[in-house]
Amino acid sequence: MEVLLDILSGILLAAGSFFILVGAIGLIRLPDVFARMHGAGVTDTLGAALFIGGLMLQSGLSLITVKLLLILVLFFFASPTSSYALANAALSQGLKPWSRDEKAKDEKEGAS
Amino acid sequence: MMFAAATAALCVAMLLALVRALLGPTLFDRVLAVNSFGTKTVLMIAMLGFLTDRPDFTDIALLYALINFVGTLAVLKFFRYGSFARPGGRAQQGEGE
Amino acid sequence: MRHVIALGVTLYVTWLLLSGVYQTLWFVLGVISCAICVGIALRMEVIDRETYPVHLSMILPRYWLWLFKEIVLANFDVTKRILAPSLPVNPQLFRVKATQRDDLGKVIYANSITLTPGTVTVDIDGDEFLVHALSDSTKDDLETGEMDRRVTALEGSS
Repeated sequence: MEVLLDILSGILLAAGSFFILVGAIGLIRLPDVFARMHGAGVTDTLGAALFIGGLMLQSGLSLITVKLLLILVLFFFASPTSSYALANAALSQGLKPWSRDEKAKDEKEGAS
Repeated sequence: MMFAAATAALCVAMLLALVRALLGPTLFDRVLAVNSFGTKTVLMIAMLGFLTDRPDFTDIALLYALINFVGTLAVLKFFRYGSFARPGGRAQQGEGE
Repeated sequence: MRHVIALGVTLYVTWLLLSGVYQTLWFVLGVISCAICVGIALRMEVIDRETYPVHLSMILPRYWLWLFKEIVLANFDVTKRILAPSLPVNPQLFRVKATQRDDLGKVIYANSITLTPGTVTVDIDGDEFLVHALSDSTKDDLETGEMDRRVTALEGSS
């Protein structure tokens, strides 16, 4: 039983680490703030959920589990709020979202 | 062993977030990167508790998650209105500007 | 009154879970600090059905389960797009209509949109949301309106 829990939590931790890394890669690769927000979203939702799930299996049934769960709930409430604040602030400062069509148009104009 | 591996993955992800915070062409890229960095820090602190066999670290992680959230909002508000004290929201927006 | 009691009970349970010390003195201290918090909240007049939605507590977990499933699916989609070498994204802004009646429903809907990776609510204008989507498929998912319908149902059943 102990071993089984260890293996299961190892799998969850590995999957969580994977999604956190994907979010970080998205933060680097995606073209502008609005798109990068989606990358950060992967880290904030599934990455954090799997990671904390893995830690919860490690701690067993104790107050630590409850605290980890509280962290997770806090993430799920706070992350969309700060995302919205960031997106709204960026848009109201006049930042234009990057888009594929406009980029193609710009390149054409630059060439002509 | 698996804690060490997960910690290493977190460190790499934090490094990538830092790179974005340094490169970030606009202010908002930097704020987003710092917010994301904070999320990873919370996970890292919770992780460290298990790595060093002191699970009490989760309290600190919980607190850090709260501070990270409030900090992001405070920075955004500061750069939008130039002060922490001015009222936010749509209704008042036109008055001061 | 229902909201005041619910707030007090929630605060006290949180206190018990976070303190981890179970002695008489600490129970009393918890009661005092929770009473002070509820008192301050009453003075600020911030306890109503919007800040403390008790009426949703029974049906919200079912919605959360569905939302979590959606989040997982959306995560896989975004992950595929980020990792693909050609970066097949087409970021765009579009408007989506919200059919919720009160602000609470709108907040739940907007936060659900933001919580699923691939779509972020950028602005709320009356009953229209300005949403930024990462790709065409995430946009289409949202435009089927299933999430909107579920949040409205949540509101209607209370």
